[in-house]
Amino acid sequence: MNIFTGIAFVFLAPLLGGLVAGFDRKISARLQGRIGPPLFQPFYDVGKLLQKENLVVRKSQRLYMEFFLVLIILTGAIFFSGGDLLLVIFAFTMAGVFFALGGYKASSPYSFIGAQREVLQMMSYEPAVMLAAVGMYMVTGSFQVADIVAYPQPLIFKLPGLFLAFFFILPIKFRKSPFDLATSHHAHQELVKGITTEFSGRTLALIEIAHWYEYIFVLGIGYLFFASNVWLGLVMTLVIFELLLVVDNATARVRWQAMLGSAWVVALIAGGLNIIYLMLLRG
Amino acid sequence: MGMLSRSPWVIHYDGSSCNGCDIEVLAALMPRFDVERFGVVNTGNPKHADIFLLTGSINEQNKPVVLNIYNQMPEPKVVLAVGICATSGGIFRECYNVLGGADKVLPVDVYVPGCSVRPEAIIDAVVKGVGILEEKRAALRNNLKSAVSQA
Ligand code: SF4
Repeated sequence: MNIFTGIAFVFLAPLLGGLVAGFDRKISARLQGRIGPPLFQPFYDVGKLLQKENLVVRKSQRLYMEFFLVLIILTGAIFFSGGDLLLVIFAFTMAGVFFALGGYKASSPYSFIGAQREVLQMMSYEPAVMLAAVGMYMVTGSFQVADIVAYPQPLIFKLPGLFLAFFFILPIKFRKSPFDLATSHHAHQELVKGITTEFSGRTLALIEIAHWYEYIFVLGIGYLFFASNVWLGLVMTLVIFELLLVVDNATARVRWQAMLGSAWVVALIAGGLNIIYLMLLRG
Repeated sequence: MGMLSRSPWVIHYDGSSCNGCDIEVLAALMPRFDVERFGVVNTGNPKHADIFLLTGSINEQNKPVVLNIYNQMPEPKVVLAVGICATSGGIFRECYNVLGGADKVLPVDVYVPGCSVRPEAIIDAVVKGVGILEEKRAALRNNLKSAVSQA
């Protein structure tokens, strides 16, 4: 991992992320007994959004989403060039903050509630992500992504609890059921469209592209758990994604209290036990 | 084929109807007809929609609602009047409170008769609407160009 993989991320992630999104819609449709849209549907959607009129409530709301996109790209670029995992998490949180601020700025009741829920979602996934970083450090002795990838064994054997906690919060990041509270791709009739209600045209296209970057980055974290072998890593990342889609189609949305509570409980119990185990192992 | 015609996002509003047509609209989204094959998404947000699919007739109460939805949609946009109620008022035409079909308040682009309308007809209407969407976009572009060249 070096600066070139980071640059490759900047250019390839939107293509790959769009494909992931298309794959997602296709598989979801199949799980529901439908044929589903073409694989390239997300690209058509964004292409269309670029041709539409851009309605705004406030001119500045677009700026926040531009920051969101830039910070997501930065996050992924640091991650894929093998940088510091803590810095990555920090940049990722910043990106999320700008996304939520954009929702607040649009100041419609729907996007306002969506933004509040986005903040709650961020609170829900932070502990699991932080603990995962700590666990990876305890095993490999480094916060550098490059060193974590270079570790000879798959990390999953040492970090099963943290992996569970990570998988549990994955639906939040992919905006999937049961934790698709802020905005979702499937329930098209709730809270209008949550945080993205007031965004249309080019700005919405921008948000979609940012989500594609986000997808690849989050799958990249999943890859870290199996990183000792490239093929094992890629196959397992696909398996994780498939499982996520099954969960998405098999569950209903929960209230935010349940999301926050369960995400923290799983992170603290499964992740906490895992960390205690690592301490004993060292001790 | 342009991008617009590959990804028509629809907003569905039910005026004053018997709900028969609305059930057919939902049937079009279900596995048997699955309009998502053509990229059609049923969105609840006028700001994300390209196609306004209106069922049921217009009355005094829903007139401002319909106008509100229409005005919030970004250009280019088309309106489909689906079901005989939406095209002319249908069986509710004689009611004291009913104004008539959707064209009493909106510029309707495609009329779809039927009581209730069949899912095939709805899909056909969306395909027609998508063609009009492309035309409108081309017209918008030309207007912009001529405005720029005049300035
Ligand atoms: S056209 Fe017929 S089926 Fe459709 S809403 Fe009107 S009365 Fe009901």
